[in-house]
Amino acid sequence: MASTLGTTEVTPLAPVAPAKTRRGRERRGTYPYWFYLPAAIIFIIFFVVPTISSFYFSFTRWDLFTSTWIGLDNYVLFFNEQALIIGLRNTLIYATMTSGLKVVLGMLLAVLLTSKIIARGYLRSVIFFPVLVSTVGVGLTFSVLMNPQKGLINNALATIGVTGPDWLTNPSLAIFSIALVDIWAGVGFATVIFIAGIVSIPSDYFEAAQVDGASRFYSFLHITLPLARPAIATVITLSLIGGLRSFDLIWTMTGGGPGFASDTIASVIYKQYQAGFYGLSTAGSVVLFLLVSAIIVPLTWWLNRHEVDR
Amino acid sequence: MGKSSSPLFGVFQLEVNMRFRKKAGRGRALVALTAATTLFAAGCSAGSLGSSDEGAGGEGGGVTLTFLSGSTDTEVASAKAIIDAFQAANPNIKLTHDTRPGGSEGDNLVKTRLSTGEMADVFVYNNGSLLQAIKPEQNLVALDDQPWASTLDKTFVDSTKAADGKLYGGPWGTVQAGAVLYHIPTYEKLGLEIPQTWDQFMKNNEEIKKAGIAPVIQSYGETWTSQLFVLGDYHNVEAQVPDFAAKYTAGESKYANTPAALAGFQHIQQVHEAGYFNKDFASAELNDGIKAVAEGEGAHYPQLGGVSANIENVAPGKSGDVGFFPLPGNDAASFGLTVWPGNGLYIPKTVEGEKLDAAKKFVEFMTTQPGCDAYAKGTPPTGPFLTSNCTLPADVSQVAKDTQTYLEAGKASPALEFKSPIKGPALEQICIQVGTGQVTGEEGAKLYDEDVKKQAQQLGLPGWE
Repeated sequence: MASTLGTTEVTPLAPVAPAKTRRGRERRGTYPYWFYLPAAIIFIIFFVVPTISSFYFSFTRWDLFTSTWIGLDNYVLFFNEQALIIGLRNTLIYATMTSGLKVVLGMLLAVLLTSKIIARGYLRSVIFFPVLVSTVGVGLTFSVLMNPQKGLINNALATIGVTGPDWLTNPSLAIFSIALVDIWAGVGFATVIFIAGIVSIPSDYFEAAQVDGASRFYSFLHITLPLARPAIATVITLSLIGGLRSFDLIWTMTGGGPGFASDTIASVIYKQYQAGFYGLSTAGSVVLFLLVSAIIVPLTWWLNRHEVDR
Repeated sequence: MGKSSSPLFGVFQLEVNMRFRKKAGRGRALVALTAATTLFAAGCSAGSLGSSDEGAGGEGGGVTLTFLSGSTDTEVASAKAIIDAFQAANPNIKLTHDTRPGGSEGDNLVKTRLSTGEMADVFVYNNGSLLQAIKPEQNLVALDDQPWASTLDKTFVDSTKAADGKLYGGPWGTVQAGAVLYHIPTYEKLGLEIPQTWDQFMKNNEEIKKAGIAPVIQSYGETWTSQLFVLGDYHNVEAQVPDFAAKYTAGESKYANTPAALAGFQHIQQVHEAGYFNKDFASAELNDGIKAVAEGEGAHYPQLGGVSANIENVAPGKSGDVGFFPLPGNDAASFGLTVWPGNGLYIPKTVEGEKLDAAKKFVEFMTTQPGCDAYAKGTPPTGPFLTSNCTLPADVSQVAKDTQTYLEAGKASPALEFKSPIKGPALEQICIQVGTGQVTGEEGAKLYDEDVKKQAQQLGLPGWE
C-alpha cells in the first residue's frame, strides 16, 4: 500500500544475504581475512620477531656477535643496582605526575576553549603548538632556560625578588622540572582530545540542565565529565604509556643526571646500551615492556568496563 | 604522549570519508594523481645516488678517505691543519673530515659504527682500556709492521696493543697529564706554595676561600670532567700499592677495600663538604671551567692538560697565567703526575686496497715532523709528542712546560686505564653523585666496583664470575 504521507515510496532494502562463509561462521566485512596478510607479514617481521628475539637476548650476555646464556643474571643485576632502582622509582613518579596533570589541565583548558571566549581559535592553536615542536628542541631550549645562574627563568624570578631553585642540577628537583616541561609540551594534545570529546556531547543535555537551573559547575561535574568519559580514558591511557616510556626529554635536559638522580628506565636502558652491555640493556627493555603492560592492561579494562558494543 | 595513534585520527578519518562521499569521483582521481606523482618523483630522485663515491674510480687514481676526530675546538683546528698539510704533500689523496662527541656518547658512536661496518676510514680514539672495549683484534688493522712503529714512546705502545701483542694504532696528539690546573697570579698574591700533600692542598683551599675566590672548579655540565679526582690520583695509588693494576684486573683488589684507591672518591666528598666548589659547579661546561681558572675566578681546576690548549680561545692572552701541578696524595715523596700517553689513530678492518694504503700513509704522516707541526698549529702541545721523530716547538704553554718538568724528573706514571683493560662506564655519573652529595665517597667506590664488575664480565675476563 502506498504511504499516506505523500512522500515517495520507499522500498525497504532487501536484506543482504550473508557473504560466503567458511566453516559456517558469519563474516562481518565483505572482504576475506586474507587481505590482512601483507600488513601481518610486515608486522610479524618488524615487530613480533624482534620482540621475541629480545626476550631471548635478555637472558644472555651479548656483544652483538656472540651471546652466552646466563639465565636470569641480567634481571637480578637490574633489580639489585642502585642506579636501576632509582630509574624504576623515577619512571613511576614521572608517569603518574605527567599523566595526572595532563588530564586535569587538559580538561580545564578544554572547558575554557569550548566556551564563548574571544580569539578562541587562536588560543587553541597556541595551546596545541608545543605538541608540534620536536621534543629534542624543547629539551635543549628548556635546559638553557633553566640554567640556575644564566637561565631566563631564574633571571625573571630574580627581578621580582625570588631566588629560583636549581631546576636541573638539584638532584631532588631534576625529575620534577623535566616532568613540568613534559606537561607543557604535551597538554595541548590532551586538550584537543578533550575538546573533541566535549564538542560531541549533544547540547540538549546542557540546555535541559540550564532550564532546570543547574550552575555551570554542576553541569560540568554531572554532564561533561561522565559523557566525556571515553576521551578521559583515552588521554589517561596514552599519556601514561608515553610517560612510562619517556626518554628524549630526559636525555636532552639532564642525561639522567646529576649522577643518576633523574634516570628513568628508558634512559637506564640507553646507558647500558651505550656502555656496550647489550644483554643487560635488552633485559631492561623487557622489564619496561612488562611494567607498561602490567599497568596499562588492567587500567584499560577498568576504564572501559562500561563500554557497550552497539 | 603517544602521537602514533589516537581516536582523534578516527574523528578526522570520519570527516574525510564524509567529504569524499560527496565528491567521490573527483576525490578518487585526486588521490590517484597524488599517488602516481609521488611514485614518479621517488623513482626519479634515486637515480642521482649511483654515480659518485666509488673512490678509486675515474680521475687519475684519486682516493678519498673519511677521517673522524673528536669535536673539541682544538681537535677540530688540528684536524684541519693536518688535512691541509697532508693533502699538499699527497695531491692524489683527499680527506673529508667528520666529528663525534666526547665522553660516553662518543664511545657509543664508535662502538656502533664499528659493529655495523660504517666507521670512517681513519679515526681518532682513546687507547688503553677504551681501546680494548672496541675489540681491536676484530675491528682494526694491525700496524706493528710499519716502519715508524719503533720510534714510538714505550708507554704509548704498551697502551695501544691488543691482547695478541700487536700494535693497532698510530700516535695522535701529545702526552698529557691529569692533574690540577691552577691560577698562578692567585698563588703569588696569597703567597701560596705548590701543595705536595693533600692536607697542604686543603689548607691552600682554605686560604683561597677566605680571599673570596672559588678554591676548586668543577664542571659537571660536561660529565666526563668529574672523573679527574679519581683517575688523576692513580700515580699516588700505585706509589702505595704497586701491584694494584694487576690485582684489580684479576678481580682481587677493589676501590672500596683499598684505602689508597678509595682516597680519590673521598677527596671529592671532602672538597664538596668543605664548600670549596664554585657556585655553578653542577651546570658549568668545560669552557666555563677553563675560563674561570684562566681569569682567576677559580684557583684550582682538576683537568687533563690537553684542555689548556683551549685557553687562548676562551680567555685570550691568559695562557701564561695557568700552571699545572700533580694531584697531591698522602706522601710528599711520591708526588707526581698521572699521565695519559696521547690518543690513537686507527684504521678499521673494513678499509681495503688503495684506501688502506692511503690510510696507512696518513697514519705515517702523523709520525713525521710536518704532521706534528700541523697538529701543534691547532692544539698547542701540552707535553712531548709520542714519537721520537717529532720535537716540540720552542714556545709552548706554561702547562706544557710544567708537564715536561715532572716527566723529565721521572715523577710520572700512566693512568690505570693504560695498565688494566677494565674501566667502568658509569664513573662519570658516580663521581657526580659524590660531588653533589647524593652518596658518600665510600658508597661511590662501592658503586664503581659494581660497575667495573659488569664491564669485566662483558669483556669475558677470568675471575669475575
